Amino acid sequence: MSGGEKIAVRVTEKTPLNDLVTRFRFEAVDGRPLPTFSGGAHTVVEMKDGDRNRLNPYSLMSDPFDRGSYTISVRRDDAGRGGSKFLHSAVDVGDEITISYPVNLFSLDLRARKHLMLAGGIGITPFLAQIKQLDRSHGHWELHYSVRTESLGSYVAELTAEHPNDVHVYYDDRGQRIDLDALLRGQPLGTHVYVCGPKGMIDWVHRTAEARGWPAEAVHSEEFLAPEPGKAFTVELTQAGKTVEVGETESLLEALERVGEDPPYLCRGGACGQCETAVVSADGTILHRDHWLTEEEKAAGAKIMPCVSRFEGTSLVLDR
Amino acid sequence: MTIQFRDETFRDDYTFRNSRWAIERFPFPFHEDSFMYSVNMEQHRGGPAGSVYEKRFDVDEHYVSEMRDRALVLAEDPLRCQSLPHMTLAGWDLLELIMVAKSEDYPDLFQLHRDGDRWRWVNRPLGIDDTFTFLDDTTLPHGPMEYITRQTQGDFCVLDQRDDNLWMDAGMVTTQADWSLDFDLGMNFFEWHAPVPKAHEMGIFQRALKFLLNIQQGAPARRLNWTMTVNPLLDTSPENYHRWGIQKTTLTPENIGRKQHLRVELQTFFRLPRSNALVFPIRCYLCSFEDLTTVSKWGRRLHRVVRDLPVELATYKGFVDNRPMMLDYLSQFDDGLPTSPGIWPDLETEPPLRMG
Ligand code: HEM
Ligand code: FES
Repeated sequence: MSGGEKIAVRVTEKTPLNDLVTRFRFEAVDGRPLPTFSGGAHTVVEMKDGDRNRLNPYSLMSDPFDRGSYTISVRRDDAGRGGSKFLHSAVDVGDEITISYPVNLFSLDLRARKHLMLAGGIGITPFLAQIKQLDRSHGHWELHYSVRTESLGSYVAELTAEHPNDVHVYYDDRGQRIDLDALLRGQPLGTHVYVCGPKGMIDWVHRTAEARGWPAEAVHSEEFLAPEPGKAFTVELTQAGKTVEVGETESLLEALERVGEDPPYLCRGGACGQCETAVVSADGTILHRDHWLTEEEKAAGAKIMPCVSRFEGTSLVLDR
Repeated sequence: MTIQFRDETFRDDYTFRNSRWAIERFPFPFHEDSFMYSVNMEQHRGGPAGSVYEKRFDVDEHYVSEMRDRALVLAEDPLRCQSLPHMTLAGWDLLELIMVAKSEDYPDLFQLHRDGDRWRWVNRPLGIDDTFTFLDDTTLPHGPMEYITRQTQGDFCVLDQRDDNLWMDAGMVTTQADWSLDFDLGMNFFEWHAPVPKAHEMGIFQRALKFLLNIQQGAPARRLNWTMTVNPLLDTSPENYHRWGIQKTTLTPENIGRKQHLRVELQTFFRLPRSNALVFPIRCYLCSFEDLTTVSKWGRRLHRVVRDLPVELATYKGFVDNRPMMLDYLSQFDDGLPTSPGIWPDLETEPPLRMG
């Protein structure tokens, strides 16, 4: 289960918001309710682009308690790996795609007395879901949202109409900036800060908060882990005398099982040590993603954990 | 099958017994003839039909009586159930998880009717038929976690996840192996595990925590843990040690088969959707030595495991003093024959005890 649980969905709406951002709505193909999630969660969208699979994480922006559909907003990134361009150009209403179960690496700290949210550009999306969640539980929040121009300010109109007192918008092209120092100084005790936006903004918020003496636990930022699957690779098994192609979205362990091998496993999550396998030779790099091997063992490259780890290079031979 | 709920006690006269069905589905925890701590976690995606692993929340013949015992413990000591204020949402998550799982897995025993936020919950074995508003605390007689865990076997720890750690910020703990929720409340994963010998040095808790932080919605996990209990007591808490600790000295060679129980915890881990908390149900199964040794494979193996267990573990688990008497008793069931790998009883294939 390298990529976690998956859901087959159909695109039921595709709404361009401005020059860069398009919103997509997904509903389950089987018509069953989608899992609820917590504000800040993302889903990994799988896209079949010719013979390659693209996997991109996007924050869920819809109401976390609405199980009828999920929405995401995708900013076209012309310099990126291509997933967002593909969604914009090649995915249409009616298409079926696969998404992961929601995963939250940016959850609200529910102990907070107040949630201070700082968004930059498309970094607004996780906050949209968090705001809906907090409104339901009568949580106390305040959003400071920085956008390049009025026309690129996704959801500014909705947010300011619904929450005129809690939403503050800053336009780059008018020279407006979040006055972070003053903002942090004026917060009540028990406030937690959340930032989602460009890397420079995230670093700036962490730096400034630290300098102002904020405890690190009270400053949260979204960190997207690269989705687990990677490039396809080939592995040779000495005991079984087989050569196996490991696809982009399957784990090495799954590939071994697919060709009829029965390697030991327990956790399938890189923790239990059961699947440890000796590397006979490797011409390339083993991408160790487990918590089992020590740093020294990982550096030595004589062992691999097939449930989570991968390989990039020309040849990998395993003692299996 | 329909479950015949037993009317029995886990205190005073100890009328708890396992039926043949319960003995053969007992979660025997040893997959080989020796035991050491390990990161023994696997996915919780069902198991063989009839086994305790099959359903998300196993319900068995002890259900009704266990819930009665829980109510007795809570009446004496309300601090066995605590939830810090920020954990209420996780309590609702847990209520939903259990109600959905039980009504799908045991439709003849439990029913859930949902009309938007208006929910009706029918629990036939306990004679409950309640209608309430989901996420509205004022519509239930207790908080959501307490409400549902008064109706579900096993202890429950509800862990808040933050700062790359898990925090014991809520729980219902009345059937525990000598640890205290009131003491551990608010602690993190390393703090509450501090008393465990050897496992820290073996790197088990580091790895286990990383795995747990990664558990995702829809992909629960499980593991087994075990200890020993004299008399079929569910509530072996530090709070009541003065009552049960002394019972360990009442073992005799004559009564040990009946009184000494292997206590196994089926521990599961579920990510909760709205709160992003993790719930850790700890389901306790008890089986007397007398009953366990009716399965020839388990008799042989239990003797070997108890004999060879490192003294630190026997001490931590609280049976080092009684170990010699246990071994005298168990050795009768070990004829030295090899045992088959794995935890299953293998009743058809394992040879009967060969001894005179
Ligand atoms: C988040 C879930 C967990 C909770 C709430 C939890 C809680 C506890 C508690 C309260 C104890 C008793 C400590 C004492 O003596 O006071 C304990 C013991 C222990 N835990 Fe955990 N635990 C969790 C997960 C795990 C995992 C994943 C592992 C290993 C893979 C583990 C391994 C152990 C071991 C080996 C012991 C000693 C048990 C014995 O020998 O009887 N725990 N745990
Ligand atoms: S199966 Fe547990 S580490 Fe690979």
